[in-house]
Amino acid sequence: MKTSLPFAERSSHSTGSTCPDAAYTLGELHAGAPCCVPEPVITVENLSLNYGRKPALEAVSIDIYRGCITALIGPSGCGKTSFLSALNRLTDMIAGCRINGTIRFEGHDIYEPGNDVRQLRRDIGMIFQNPTPFPLSIRRNIELPLREHGIRKQAELDERIYQVLRDVGLWDEVKDRLNDPAMALSGGQQQRLCIARALALRPKVLLMDEPCSALDPISSGMVEDLIQSLAGRYTVVIVTHNLAQARRIANYAGLFWVTERAGQLIEFGRCRQIFAQPAHELTAAYISGARG
Amino acid sequence: MIKNNAATILIYCSAISVTSLFLWLLTDLLIQGLPKLSPAFLFEAPRDAGRAGGIGPIIIATGWIVLVAMSAAAPLALATAVWLVEFTRPDGIFSRFVEFSIDVLASVPSIVFGLFGNAFFCVYLGLGFSIVSGGLTLACMTLPILIRTVADGLRAVPDGYRMVAAALGMTRGSALVHLLLPSAAPALTAGLLLSIGRSAAETAALIFTSGYVDRMPGSLFDSGRALSVHIYDLSMNVAGGDANAHATALVLIIFLLIINNAAIGLLRHWRKQHIAAS
Amino acid sequence: MISSKRNTLSLSTADRRLGAILGLLAVTAAMVAVSILFFLIDESRPLLNRISPARLILDASWHPTQGLYDLSPMLSATLLASLGALLLAVPVGIGSALFGRYYAAAWLTAGYRRMIELLAGIPSVVYGFWGLTMLAPWIGRFEPPGVSLLTAILVLAIMILPTVALTADAALAAVPQSRHRCAAALGLSRWTAISGVLLPSARKGIVSGILLAAARAVGETMAVLMVAGNVVQHPHGLFDPVRTLAANIALEMAYAGGDHRAALFASGLVLLCIVLILAGTVQWYKARDFYDQK
Repeated sequence: MKTSLPFAERSSHSTGSTCPDAAYTLGELHAGAPCCVPEPVITVENLSLNYGRKPALEAVSIDIYRGCITALIGPSGCGKTSFLSALNRLTDMIAGCRINGTIRFEGHDIYEPGNDVRQLRRDIGMIFQNPTPFPLSIRRNIELPLREHGIRKQAELDERIYQVLRDVGLWDEVKDRLNDPAMALSGGQQQRLCIARALALRPKVLLMDEPCSALDPISSGMVEDLIQSLAGRYTVVIVTHNLAQARRIANYAGLFWVTERAGQLIEFGRCRQIFAQPAHELTAAYISGARG
Repeated sequence: MIKNNAATILIYCSAISVTSLFLWLLTDLLIQGLPKLSPAFLFEAPRDAGRAGGIGPIIIATGWIVLVAMSAAAPLALATAVWLVEFTRPDGIFSRFVEFSIDVLASVPSIVFGLFGNAFFCVYLGLGFSIVSGGLTLACMTLPILIRTVADGLRAVPDGYRMVAAALGMTRGSALVHLLLPSAAPALTAGLLLSIGRSAAETAALIFTSGYVDRMPGSLFDSGRALSVHIYDLSMNVAGGDANAHATALVLIIFLLIINNAAIGLLRHWRKQHIAAS
Repeated sequence: MISSKRNTLSLSTADRRLGAILGLLAVTAAMVAVSILFFLIDESRPLLNRISPARLILDASWHPTQGLYDLSPMLSATLLASLGALLLAVPVGIGSALFGRYYAAAWLTAGYRRMIELLAGIPSVVYGFWGLTMLAPWIGRFEPPGVSLLTAILVLAIMILPTVALTADAALAAVPQSRHRCAAALGLSRWTAISGVLLPSARKGIVSGILLAAARAVGETMAVLMVAGNVVQHPHGLFDPVRTLAANIALEMAYAGGDHRAALFASGLVLLCIVLILAGTVQWYKARDFYDQK
């Protein structure tokens, strides 16, 4: 069930500047042309995932395109989160989780023995549903993983902290209290700090597992705007239950559904097409609210 | 209805008897021990087999024994608990073996620890009746308590931290040092305090390992008499030693009350915090 | 392509090294239990190699220096003292747990529990000392000498009471709130709710606590040693002085040598076996109950 798109599709959100080849810049936001290129960064072929004997996902094939926002939608328990964790091998943390199939990140099989999992996770960051700042200061939250990855110069650390906090729109709110505990921030601020913490490692891909669902509507809106501003600079894969949100921010969308026993990818395509002319009847039923 | 009332009366009776027992014990110790208690008593050496004088060297010896016990047991227990919770699967052969032997260790009576300590540390390793022998015997005895509290503390740290740390590409080692152990720190401290309390209260495991000598210990390889052994010796072997035994018991009880109270308070506070956070 | 790959845990090299070191230390900690068993067996072997273990209970008396190794009076004293202590401590301990959970006024609950925790922290030598100076003279007024099986039972009961009360309290605390509401909604009286619903729900924890308390009573040395009188004999009444296994070890280790020493290690082995059987029963009971409740 592999779906690929034949031609380049510019992001509906791009600001009008042209896309240079593989125009994909890391680092600061607003520094280059935000760009969504139909060139797969992650290729998933025939992925199945079991927890012990219980199948969670079956035969999922999907391409994640560079610089685009891909939304994964579908009812609860259809394996969206499992799929997301398989992409940066967080499934390794779960005893008894078994994976079949191939996942390629920039052409390399991520499950190949001897791979550097830490580098993979540095390249593919993840944001969780509940904001999970560490019980440390705001500054230390961002510093800790950076130091872990070998960045130790204070000037460089400060520069990165400033940069990512500004990118997530938190700088003005926290610049005077960087040494305060992160737990004292509001839920929305905590989630933006978590995003900043992930961005500080300069990942190429960001996986987001319902990043807004634990937040109040105003914070949720702010985080959503933030995700939109990441488009083009980062490849974003977002799991969401909020169809309107998926429609607002995503370039591509995929619908997961539980058929028989395990979760499957029912339909994948450009967001506009999924919402306007769904090819599968389940998709049509789901987005119209008749099912799910 | 009659049953209900009878049960109520019986339950109140048991509560009252437990409370009065507690008060009886405490007031008895206070009445008999308090008159003897003075700064001099805490610092002076015992005279006349303990009938007169103080308990200075005995407090010092107890401190050394507990210190030896904790410095041997704490690192080992920390390593074991971290390994069990963070590094191995609960269904592995080794982890099951470790869990099982810790369960066994937890149920060994203290006199058997005394026998073992005498045979292994004093005789086999040739350490003789010494503070080191006694301390190491107590280390074996407190291992299970320490391992269990540390493991429980680590298990109570939300899994989210582990996931996020992994997602940020951190090694388990640094997640442990920077996040998990600090989060579990109050539980670790409480475990340590409980073990100190348990060590300081122990008698049977010490009689044949650290010995009876009530002089000021010159080194860790000297024999030293613990507070609890002193109480035992004064009450059983020294006629007329009861007054000093009472005072010593009071000192020991006050120390244990402080230690146990701190441990229980810490654990309770920490649990409350965790419930609020999760 | 990977197929049927087991969970790899994806440890980095540094983590793998740390894990190996920690694993080694954990196995070291586990070896403590093994070496205790080894040394007990090794030290008692000189005796058990020469005489049949049956003589440990069939000999005429306990005169180890003369080659007579009858442990049976000590065994019977140990078991009787523990049993008596349990008979006293179990009802009072459970009653006290019920009081703390369901009967005490709200302002009293926390303080009451703290008091029991403090009782649990008092060292056994202090209980023994208190029994020796307060209880024994008082009992001696009715039936000299005062130090006796009864005194041992009372002191042991006081010692294990907090264990019973605290484990019962924890087990009752773990009973889901919904059961309370159900019982209340059915209009049950307090005692009917407790005896019919709450105590059975907490059965597993309470029974485990009782068995643990029993193990503690069997292994207790100092308190019993100080109040039981330490005469090696089968008790004929509550006021007879007796000597328990643990007390015997503590009393004679100081001067024992040769076969005598080996006999004491053998009695340590016997003691350990009794305690391990009790602890094993706890594990078995917990596992069994777990399945039949599912």
